[in-house]
Amino acid sequence: MKSAVVQLPGLNRDRDMITALTKISGTAPVTIWQTETEIPDVDLIVIPGGFSYGDYLRCGAIAARMPVMQAIKAKAEAGVKVLGVCNGFQILVEAGLLPGALMRNASLKFVCKEVLLEVVNADTDFSRAYEKGQIIRSPVAHHDGNFFADSETLARIEDNGQVVFRYAGGTNPNGSVNDIAGIVNAKGNVLGMMPHPENLIEAAHGGSDGRGLFASALDVIAA
Amino acid sequence: MINARVTVTLKNGVLDPQGKAIEGALGALGFDGIGHVRQGKVFDLQIETADRAKAEAEVKAMCEKLLANTVIENYTISLA
Repeated sequence: MKSAVVQLPGLNRDRDMITALTKISGTAPVTIWQTETEIPDVDLIVIPGGFSYGDYLRCGAIAARMPVMQAIKAKAEAGVKVLGVCNGFQILVEAGLLPGALMRNASLKFVCKEVLLEVVNADTDFSRAYEKGQIIRSPVAHHDGNFFADSETLARIEDNGQVVFRYAGGTNPNGSVNDIAGIVNAKGNVLGMMPHPENLIEAAHGGSDGRGLFASALDVIAA
Repeated sequence: MINARVTVTLKNGVLDPQGKAIEGALGALGFDGIGHVRQGKVFDLQIETADRAKAEAEVKAMCEKLLANTVIENYTISLA
């Protein structure tokens, strides 16, 4: 499976993402710069975390309107898998590829710590390496991860099984409604999540709970 | 030249942690009976046209496309 990582001014978790994708798939992802309008033929496009455009206006708002996002939107509509982590998730909601919005953390503080996630839906292209109900560890690091959606949207995504990850064991770090940590679009090929699975993929990280997400998305699940 | 002011506020029902913190700080300063503090944003901009209808339509498009996130925010436009 071929993958690509988007690079935008202010995104700073791209190198971690490139490393994770390279280690898990055995092949380095291609990189896509913000001005590109032609996206190479890949199976997975990843928008990593960081602070694109200094988080000006709203987190992810300006990045979401760059030419590259139009190209990514077209790829997503064609069924290519798209993963947005942290700022990448914020960009996907601002671009309208995922429902809801990500607001300032309820504590008003930047949180940088480890949380627990429940795999709510293990039947997606991003989570099939896990079991439904499995609890995994994951680092988080963000200031605006407080997921919000109006009650109608919330009911729809819950009923459709679009909630893939939920903060578990009272570790919700940001006040997200229904403890939502990660969601997919209705078609199931676009996932956004605030936690950083790319930072927990090997012993040197202190665990490899995040590996399953990439193994799922890259289709390299060990039998 | 037309001056425009766009005011962006959170929709009702959207939690505003910053507004809550400001409300708490106002209370701490001794301002009693303050409630429902909501934080918003103001954008001032100039449009090079004399056509007010065109200016208003253009600013509305800017709000829909960029200045406001209509999932969580409302906006109002006033032309000077």
